[in-house]
Amino acid sequence: MKSFLEEVNEKVNGVPIQRCYHCRKCSAGCPMTGAMEHNPNRVIKMIQMGRREAVLNSATIWLCVSCETCITRCPNEVDIARMMDVLRQTAIETGVGAKEKNILKFHEAFLANIRMGGRINETSMMVHYKLKSGDLFSDMAMGIDMFMKGKLSLISPRTKDMGSVRRIFDKTRQS
Amino acid sequence: MLKVSYYPGCSLHGTAKEYDQSVRSVSRALGIDLEEIEDWSCCGASSAHNTNFKLSIALPARDLIAAEKKTQDVMVPCAACFNRFKTAEHHLCHDPALKAEIEEIVGGRYQGNVAIRNPIDIIVNDIGLEALSAKVVKPLAGLKPVSYYGCLLLRPPEVCRFDDAENPVLLDRVLTALGAEACPWSFKTDCCGGSLTISKTAIVTKMVDKLMKMAREAGANCLVTACPVCTANLDMRASAGAGLPVFYFTELAALAMGQEGPGGWFRLHRTDPRPLLQGLGIL
Repeated sequence: MKSFLEEVNEKVNGVPIQRCYHCRKCSAGCPMTGAMEHNPNRVIKMIQMGRREAVLNSATIWLCVSCETCITRCPNEVDIARMMDVLRQTAIETGVGAKEKNILKFHEAFLANIRMGGRINETSMMVHYKLKSGDLFSDMAMGIDMFMKGKLSLISPRTKDMGSVRRIFDKTRQS
Repeated sequence: MLKVSYYPGCSLHGTAKEYDQSVRSVSRALGIDLEEIEDWSCCGASSAHNTNFKLSIALPARDLIAAEKKTQDVMVPCAACFNRFKTAEHHLCHDPALKAEIEEIVGGRYQGNVAIRNPIDIIVNDIGLEALSAKVVKPLAGLKPVSYYGCLLLRPPEVCRFDDAENPVLLDRVLTALGAEACPWSFKTDCCGGSLTISKTAIVTKMVDKLMKMAREAGANCLVTACPVCTANLDMRASAGAGLPVFYFTELAALAMGQEGPGGWFRLHRTDPRPLLQGLGIL
């Protein structure tokens, strides 16, 4: 039976995360710690302690914006941003879902839009997100403003070879 | 004539159309011939890598393989697309097993023989700041921008290999070449909140308000960017009264070079920059 630490390290496929010696440069530079339950270096410790449920069910992993400040500054080259990607991917693959539901819904709406047209049509993507999240009215004024300025068109050029795009989605589909 | 392939990305055809139009206009004036990549598709941006690793490499790989049909550099104005292409390139070059898998998924061979570059890099290193200055007919006197590089053009440094990841200067140099007074500040590379702008707007507003406060403290009257998401956040998410005008650097380059276009682009901004520019006699 693989430990949570082994599982994460295998997926990160880089420097083993237990090289972290908690200098906290990552957490000091992370722009999202104010909103997170756990600092990035604490998440590493939690993984080492096998606290799988606590980590995968946290809002922390979804609030990471992948600004890559952590890996840039880590003296041991631990790829914390990639670790956060892995934790998100694992939460999805194992059916845990996302504590921050709307963040995942945004990603799902975004990817569904690529699958549909090869390129993002921002208007239809936003409509899809709003229907999924139930957040119908925020940014209404901004949306109308942008629409009037011609920045949100309903129709935009698509990729012609949609077959190749759909094949990519089909072949990388997570079970 | 410098010939490069061009990957605009999805937002440059939509909410960042001023960036696309100003990049094209400035490139024409500087002798850069842009050839759009054939039948490109979305790079996957943050949503792919947040949820599915192989998808996040396969999507940009499709475009990298298409780009390799021409042996010329690829200009990628959007910082997110730039970062995704550089990341895909990095993984494909360092992991042969992954490369084989991705090639099978995408249906093509990846050679790794075209360079992915952002427009600041191409303008500074291929055209040169002197050549840029020589084309300036309306120096941006009185404009005091802070350069806002954001995250994805620079980090991680071994992937992006562009400028200095903690204290970049190339955008500042471009602005100086255009006659503006680039103000030094400590927030050049602080995150704007990125794609959380839709799902966690309050957090982004807090981050943007802080950037605006720090810009003012540095003596700036505007911010300059090279990323569609950063621009959208800075332009639209500041609290009432807290915001400063935000420009794509190519909008200012076009203005300084006396081109047609800036007036129309500035109308598209949410935080109207025209009073500032008219007040300085630049517009």
